[in-house]
Amino acid sequence: MPTSFIQPEFKVKIDYDKCHKCGRCVQQCGWGVYSFNERPIPDDSKCRACHRCVTYCPAHCITIEKNTLAYRENDNWSPDARKAVWRQAETGGVLLTSMGNPKPYQRIFDHLVLDACQVTNPSIDPLREPMELRTFLGSKPDSVQVESDGNGGFKLAEGEGMHNNVKLDTPIIFSPMSYGSVSLNVHKSLAMAATRLGTLMNTGEGGLHADLYPYQDNVIVQVASGRFGVNPDYLNRGAAIEIKIGQGAKPGIGGHLPGEKINKEVSGTRMIPQGTDAISPAPHHDIYSIEDLRQLIYALKEASGYKPVGVKIAAVHNVAAIASGIVRAGADYVYLDGFKGGTGAAPQVIRDHIGIPIEIAIAVVDQRLRDEGIRNNASIIAAGSIRSSADVAKAIALGADVVAIGSASLMALGCHLCQSCHTGSCSWGITTQKPELTRRIDPEWGAEQLVNLVHAWSHEVQEILGALGVNAVESLRGSRERLRSIGLDEQTCKILGVKPAGM
Amino acid sequence: MTTRPRYREESSFKIHGGCGLMGICDESGELMSGEDAILAMAVQHDRGNGLGGGFAGYGIYPEFADHFCFHMMYHDLRAKEETEAYFDQHFLLDLAEPMPTRPVKGITDAPLLWRYFMQPYPNKLEESEMSGEDYVVRAVMSINASIDGAFVASSGKNMGAFKGVGYPEEIGHYFRLEEYEGHTWTGHNRFPTNTPGWWGGAHPFALLDWTIVHNGEISSYGINSRYLEQFGYKCTLGTDTEVAAYLFDLLLRRHKLPLSLACKALASPLWDEIDRMPKDEQDVMRSLRAVYGPGMLNGPFAIVLGFNGGMVALNDRIKLRPLVAARKGTKIMVASEESAIRAVMAEPDLVWTPKAGEPVIARVKGMDWPIHGDLHLPPSEISCAVTGTEQSCDSVEVNA
Amino acid sequence: MAQTKYKTEPIEGYLHVAPEVRVEGDITVINSNAVYYKELNEVIREVVAGGAKHLRIENVNGQRYIGTGLAGKDVKIEVHGTAGNDMTMFMDGPTIEVFGNAQDGVGNTMNAGRVIVHGDAGDVLGYGMRGGRVYIKGDVGYRVGIHMKAYESLVPIMVVGGKARDFFGEYMAGGMLVLLGMNTQFAEQPLVGSFLGSGMHGGTIYIRGTVESWQCGKEVGIAEANEADMAELTPVLADYCEAQGMDLEEVLAEPFIKLTPFSHRPYGKLYAPM
Ligand code: SF4
Ligand code: SF4
Repeated sequence: MPTSFIQPEFKVKIDYDKCHKCGRCVQQCGWGVYSFNERPIPDDSKCRACHRCVTYCPAHCITIEKNTLAYRENDNWSPDARKAVWRQAETGGVLLTSMGNPKPYQRIFDHLVLDACQVTNPSIDPLREPMELRTFLGSKPDSVQVESDGNGGFKLAEGEGMHNNVKLDTPIIFSPMSYGSVSLNVHKSLAMAATRLGTLMNTGEGGLHADLYPYQDNVIVQVASGRFGVNPDYLNRGAAIEIKIGQGAKPGIGGHLPGEKINKEVSGTRMIPQGTDAISPAPHHDIYSIEDLRQLIYALKEASGYKPVGVKIAAVHNVAAIASGIVRAGADYVYLDGFKGGTGAAPQVIRDHIGIPIEIAIAVVDQRLRDEGIRNNASIIAAGSIRSSADVAKAIALGADVVAIGSASLMALGCHLCQSCHTGSCSWGITTQKPELTRRIDPEWGAEQLVNLVHAWSHEVQEILGALGVNAVESLRGSRERLRSIGLDEQTCKILGVKPAGM
Repeated sequence: MTTRPRYREESSFKIHGGCGLMGICDESGELMSGEDAILAMAVQHDRGNGLGGGFAGYGIYPEFADHFCFHMMYHDLRAKEETEAYFDQHFLLDLAEPMPTRPVKGITDAPLLWRYFMQPYPNKLEESEMSGEDYVVRAVMSINASIDGAFVASSGKNMGAFKGVGYPEEIGHYFRLEEYEGHTWTGHNRFPTNTPGWWGGAHPFALLDWTIVHNGEISSYGINSRYLEQFGYKCTLGTDTEVAAYLFDLLLRRHKLPLSLACKALASPLWDEIDRMPKDEQDVMRSLRAVYGPGMLNGPFAIVLGFNGGMVALNDRIKLRPLVAARKGTKIMVASEESAIRAVMAEPDLVWTPKAGEPVIARVKGMDWPIHGDLHLPPSEISCAVTGTEQSCDSVEVNA
Repeated sequence: MAQTKYKTEPIEGYLHVAPEVRVEGDITVINSNAVYYKELNEVIREVVAGGAKHLRIENVNGQRYIGTGLAGKDVKIEVHGTAGNDMTMFMDGPTIEVFGNAQDGVGNTMNAGRVIVHGDAGDVLGYGMRGGRVYIKGDVGYRVGIHMKAYESLVPIMVVGGKARDFFGEYMAGGMLVLLGMNTQFAEQPLVGSFLGSGMHGGTIYIRGTVESWQCGKEVGIAEANEADMAELTPVLADYCEAQGMDLEEVLAEPFIKLTPFSHRPYGKLYAPM
């Protein structure tokens, strides 16, 4: 019998006439594609098209092609579907994958277009005129109560006004990605970048390494069902605390960081012994209902001197009602993660088939909170495949206060979206703990890449605001009047609260 | 017009337009004829396109100062009869008369214009357990919503709105405004880029004794209206003016913000500026911006809010629409152009361009705040009163 | 406006009648009292075409476009009253002197000539002005000197004797913009608002006094005016003082600062070609 029915997905081609025989590809590939016998010899079956070798080959003589192997046409049984069956027949396992849902679902963002001013109101020049992106993350009162300050002016009445909000210089933050799933150098890059950008990174559920303490004012510390690394010190270090209920890529599913990834540093940060599996249960076993969530939220507030506490959930069918419950339970923000959000490892069936698009989730949650008169009580963070500044602007126009970027931020560090994070051998040194790979990212360089990306997107959001004729991001937030749809069905438009183009 | 107009007919799309405006107030309470207001608008003729002009005058009905004065527009006699039957039932009517007008070339298609000086029937008022103002708002709502072809142009005490389709100087002349005397006047010249050409749609926008005239285009309309919906207001007219009016109502009456701070919430200082303020002020401004961000009027505008007791003129935060102010003795005047001021105020003591977002406030000595009288109704009823929909307004679609 | 009060006719701001014209010595006097701008400007163009070199327009109040598009280097026009919007737009040569205030848009895209305003002026003055001089005696509004530019021998100069609001010299690309802060009705307010020189990428702004760096756009460098600068500035101030009847020595009694852009291409790094 053959060892596998499955043929390699890619073909690695080397132009040996140009090859220097330097062996760099051998050394760069995290998946051991290459062996070397006078010249590099690739094993196609190991290639994941991460392009590390291609990028580093000094002779530009490597190319990766799709294996064009013909399958007997069958619209119903795609080659992927067939491969999945073969793989499972061979192994008996749940198919494991990573990064976001790659299936060709409709991308709603790509069916939304923004408005611009012409004549009746002026567009604004974002380079020379003020164009404010400052955003406050947290709960705001419904009104501002003031009293006389005794000199003809006013001051906030006792205990009134906005408290405990985190000031962001741009409405773009980094998504939670745990130390363990990504390397410490990635965590440092994110933390340094967040500090320079005046925004936030998020520890994910793997604790906060001591090397990040200098950046702690720009860090959200996460509390997930595994409670890794959670202690009072941890809670007090963050700018805000986040309870992770779910993740867009794997709603309703726990996490499992294999023991091999729990090295000394990860072990110290997660506060678990080296080499043991780090298991996050599917639910928090102290939250079986909404009133339990409230209890946890207030426990975290008590323990942290009333820092903002947010709740991250996967966007699922009932997201509006759930979000409303979360806000009423006292959360300062709701983090919505759409079904195209990334992951370090998830069962493929879950990643590809559970959850709803982030665009819909933002729209229904924002509307529900407004209908209930509690929109001011919490901010909305939206994530789950924000791919560009256009997506940022559209998400905000639909009603998000802030967007979080995960996949895009890893791409800034080199990620080529090869969907192999779960192997722990990322050639780019991102989702791995192997020292020879993790040192490929210099945090200083990584921070600069991230700062560049967020700066560029922020500038582009400012350009969009200028075209819309407003000079503060709060005037775009929830302003669905400035969006139109193209090619969306009527029902979807209605749910989004967006009119079709031409209306 | 073949069908009987209702105000909400204006609502099927967002209405764009530019305009000119004026406001004048004698803080001593001394009265001036409406002629100055007309002249000030006439000088700004080119800021409009003849599709809407109007004025509001305050202190103009001293002999009926305690009466609510309804300025009515009727499409036909049946609308008038129905409305008067309604008045008969609910109000003690002291005077009903046609609005004094004179024929003016260029003014056509005028509706039937009547005014009524009334007080709520004391026993009915008591039965209703409402304040007089609430009672009047209910009446305005009922009429606008349920009597086809009838529209309440204004409903305050000792004031009135005079508006229609035409240039403001024509409208002012048509309504014989030179025969009225008031301590405060506002005026407006409309340049709508599309209009159903309906008299009720002209400015000022009025309810009880407050009125708004507005120049510019609020680019944040989308979120402003959604924000107001959160508090129960229904923005069915699709006009910036309506949004501005409800925002003032929310901030001043319901949230009880001082006028100066309400203006700061609507035309917020920039963050840079806030960061340089002393601590206490910074705290107030940070909270104002963060809390009222969705209500901030973003985009070019100049607004004059009139009320029984004065007026407030306000410009957008980076001054994209013109506004000039002047003072002479106890008179304060604002207009889109200085020439309007010079036309009616010889040798003013001071002429200045107000700073972006800094309100010009004129208060008539001895007159009371707040501007809404004793109003307790929920916002949906207030907005319904203006837009002419009843409880069923929940089902009114902006894009019917 | 000295206009009879109408009872039977609608009040009109302006009348569609030709203004009355009379000649006093070598001055052609036009009484623009309540005359609509169209008729007024028509007559101005007519008399200039007929060879008049010195015009005096009386009773101006808000009429737009006076001197707009007008050419003729030796033509001098006095404007008495409040000049309306877009005065001297596209003007190419004449001298216009306003005895009163001017509204918004003076010197819009002006090519050549002189504008002297013996009063205050409004917003957006000198927008895209390419040449000539604009001398304002008093205070000015927002976005003054916006996108002034120089081209070859055309170098626009604007001097403001009072104070200015935000966005002074915004997008400035060339020419000279001078702010004195002297003849002001806002004694307690700052010399100039925020976003001073925002987007500036050419030209020079001189200010009598000092500004805080936060008031300036990020593209702007501040320095004390040195000798060479003063040598450039002083003749302009002398000309201004003569036009406005001010004392040059008093103007020069305070030190000036000079604002110039760091770069002619401030946004070169902003874009990433794909
Ligand atoms: S890196 Fe490129 S040049 Fe070097 S051995 Fe590999 S294929 Fe050849
Ligand atoms: S992080 Fe690494 S392993 Fe994961 S998708 Fe990106 S390149 Fe591949």
